[in-house]
Amino acid sequence: MGLVWHQFSFELRAFLRNRQARFFTVFLPILFLVIFVGVFGNHTIRLPSGARIKQSTYYIPALTALGIISAAFTNLVIAVVTQRESGILKRRRAAPIPAYVLILGRALVAVLLALFMTALMMGIGSIAYGATVPSHTIPGVAATAIVGALTFCSAGFAVSTFIRHADAAQPIVQITLLPLYFISGVFVAQSQIPSWLGNVASVFPVRHLSAALVHAYDPSTTGAGFSWSDLGVMGIWCVACLVVAIWRFSWSPRGS
Amino acid sequence: MSTITEIEAGIGTAESLDPRAAISVRGLRKTYGSFEAVSGVDFDIQPGEIVAFLGPNGAGKTTTVEILEGYRERTAGAVRVLGEDPATAPLLWRDRIGVVLQDSEIEPDLTARECVELYAGYHLHPRPVMETLELVGLTAKAGTRGSQLSGGQRRRLDVALALIGDPELVFLDEPTTGFDPSARRQAWDVIDGLRALGKTIFLTTHYMDEAERLADRIMVIARGAIVAEGSPATLAGRDTRPATVSFHLPEGVPVGALPDFLAEALTDDDGLIRFRTPEPLRDVGRLSRWADERGVDFPDLEVKRPNLEDIYLELTVEDSADR
Repeated sequence: MGLVWHQFSFELRAFLRNRQARFFTVFLPILFLVIFVGVFGNHTIRLPSGARIKQSTYYIPALTALGIISAAFTNLVIAVVTQRESGILKRRRAAPIPAYVLILGRALVAVLLALFMTALMMGIGSIAYGATVPSHTIPGVAATAIVGALTFCSAGFAVSTFIRHADAAQPIVQITLLPLYFISGVFVAQSQIPSWLGNVASVFPVRHLSAALVHAYDPSTTGAGFSWSDLGVMGIWCVACLVVAIWRFSWSPRGS
Repeated sequence: MSTITEIEAGIGTAESLDPRAAISVRGLRKTYGSFEAVSGVDFDIQPGEIVAFLGPNGAGKTTTVEILEGYRERTAGAVRVLGEDPATAPLLWRDRIGVVLQDSEIEPDLTARECVELYAGYHLHPRPVMETLELVGLTAKAGTRGSQLSGGQRRRLDVALALIGDPELVFLDEPTTGFDPSARRQAWDVIDGLRALGKTIFLTTHYMDEAERLADRIMVIARGAIVAEGSPATLAGRDTRPATVSFHLPEGVPVGALPDFLAEALTDDDGLIRFRTPEPLRDVGRLSRWADERGVDFPDLEVKRPNLEDIYLELTVEDSADR
């Protein structure tokens, strides 16, 4: 475990130094939050439970999902593809350490960044927009953030195996995610999405992450705020992506 | 099929490996589909030796090196590197080996020093970080990020990462490709430093001057097989090959007037006479007496031994013609 920590600390340092990674991972979700709340924040929307809330309150959990995804998925895919294609992974593989040290070190950065983004987005929601998570659903929020981070981290390792060039990683990931953000209740409230599109979105984990976080913010939610069906679907994605990632993972460049 | 042939021929078997060698290879073959990248290679490299592995692109150099490093699996043959089969070697075997890959970039967001510290953490008994940076001449760049280093500096950092674990054996796959002449000389100094430390070095390169300057022994691979092996001075009979003598005839001296022993000499369009001789001193002496008698001189007379590049091009000529 000491080695995992060693790997984690250097990976984290490299992330903090990289301006582009910082922008896409930390500032872009905040930017989306400010813009969407600014444009649509005063509308009132109806939640699946029937409760009515201000759209600004809705956007805090919905865009927290985006923050988690950008940290655990987008940033991870770009980092892994870049390191693989530039031969960095291959060289590290020459070292006398088990493969899991290198993988876990990077995964840990993704998961901790995702949890940091959760806290940051919710903190901004509470301070700037008065949208506070009910104290009794905090366990649900925490569990959802952790399951979401692990799921998208696993998905990130899986997707990274399909991208052959470092330059392609950023556009491929963004083009895949943008439509999902629109149909999964991240940019547009779930109640405003036609049901057939909602059904399509239900296949993918983005909708389940945002729905589970919105559930925890729903004032009519009782109990600890766990949305078990959403967590279950994410769990299935997490395991499936892990299988694909382990099956297809490569230390050597794929592009050449 | 091939396995049976090899057993019959008595090659490619573990018994014939040299147990004292740092690297011992018998009957190594690697095929990709129907393409045979390496077709039966045998060699031994003793501890402390610096061996250069030369060959055109696609001749099987990198395939062979990556099999020795444990990155690729072989199709057939026996291989021992520091006493282990790279295909099944335990993790700690890697602690005794340093690898400079042909094309691997440096961590862009870590400084040179941090990068070496990261890799130091991977090893059981790492060398001191700053001392290793000094060995590759990067002390002044310790605080510079990977993305800010020049090509030559990155390559030297590569070498530092390969050395940080204090390995017995270092693989250098085209360590100076793309370097300018001064960066290449600096890299050579680093490799000289490794020689002084007693490391075994397996070097692949395209550059004859590099092989000549650094290696104790050269192996030339072409079309998947070793076509020549020897010291830089004696490779492929270089030391006993005929020398080439060339000169221009002064105006007014017809080619026909030359002594008889030059009947075989070649003449260029611009009047350059060239002949090959196994006894250059004797023939130049005869030529000199002949010229003296006629009161002429050949101010541009040149006697040239075949250099390593000539030998190499001759050995790999078919490969080059294919490309």
